[in-house]
Amino acid sequence: MINKDILLSIIEKAFEELNALRDDAEKISFSTQAELYGPQSKLDSVDLVNLLLAIEEYIEDELDISFTITSEKALSLKNSPFRTVQTLCDYLQTELSN
Amino acid sequence: MPDVALITGTSKGIGAALVKHFLTLNYTVIGCSRSASSISAPNYRHFILDVCDEEAVKKMFSTVRKDYGRLDVLINNAGIAAMNHAMLTPSDTVKNILNTNVLAGFICCREAAKLMKKNRFGRIVNFSTVAVPLNLEGEAVYAASKAAMESLTKILAREFAEFGITVNAIGPTPIETDLIKNVSPDKINKLIERQALKRLGTFDDVVNVIDFYIDKNSDFVSAQVVYLGGV
Repeated sequence: MINKDILLSIIEKAFEELNALRDDAEKISFSTQAELYGPQSKLDSVDLVNLLLAIEEYIEDELDISFTITSEKALSLKNSPFRTVQTLCDYLQTELSN
Repeated sequence: MPDVALITGTSKGIGAALVKHFLTLNYTVIGCSRSASSISAPNYRHFILDVCDEEAVKKMFSTVRKDYGRLDVLINNAGIAAMNHAMLTPSDTVKNILNTNVLAGFICCREAAKLMKKNRFGRIVNFSTVAVPLNLEGEAVYAASKAAMESLTKILAREFAEFGITVNAIGPTPIETDLIKNVSPDKINKLIERQALKRLGTFDDVVNVIDFYIDKNSDFVSAQVVYLGGV
């Protein structure tokens, strides 16, 4: 099973990639509780797409795993795995261990 | 670094003609088909794969990202047809056509857009057919699969617009390729009679529309379907 710290570091890199294109006032703080969508999130839908695709690419490049970050299961779960950094990390760990 | 174009279904017919055309435009051209390519050129790279094999397709796009760092043009040309009365069409044929023409087409669009968005530029051209607006008898499943590609084209155009990517489609008339080799001349002639411009299409007719779509000045042209032959 892939260590969660490795996955959090990948998600953080994707945050940095996203922040590189944003004004200072719009930058998103990285934390495990950071919300990825919803009223408390600073991300719009395009940001979320960019973030998830950046994570997918880092997983391929750094872990050498060809991976599609969304799956039918993920999209149909009652509680979306894409709510917060923590839920995303948990989801990735489960999916990548399958 | 030259622009990079990826064309599916390049072993013969329109796909092979498009490879040659893009090479003359000084593109680096990536092609794929289930069989080896007859084209050998320094700027041409061929992948032998089935476009329905998602893992293989993803690997091809990943190789393009790692080796070239960009993708400017995708021509979703790979496709199959089966012309038969609906009551004599087995479900396996339907599945094969939908998998190749719709599912594989979608996967290529999705993977291409991931690459294109990095440079905030991309041109995707899908293939439809005049069988869609003409509602041709005997082509129910083929036409339905291409109608699906038209819907995908129009909706992906909206979803990808934010990333500087245009998505358009071309609907050729019959062209002298393997796709129509088993269609009777009588049927082809009847079809041509329904066109405003009464002749078979040529590769150059297809290239002409594609050149327009991929032009850098065509950044305000998206979600369009152009049918050849005045259909």
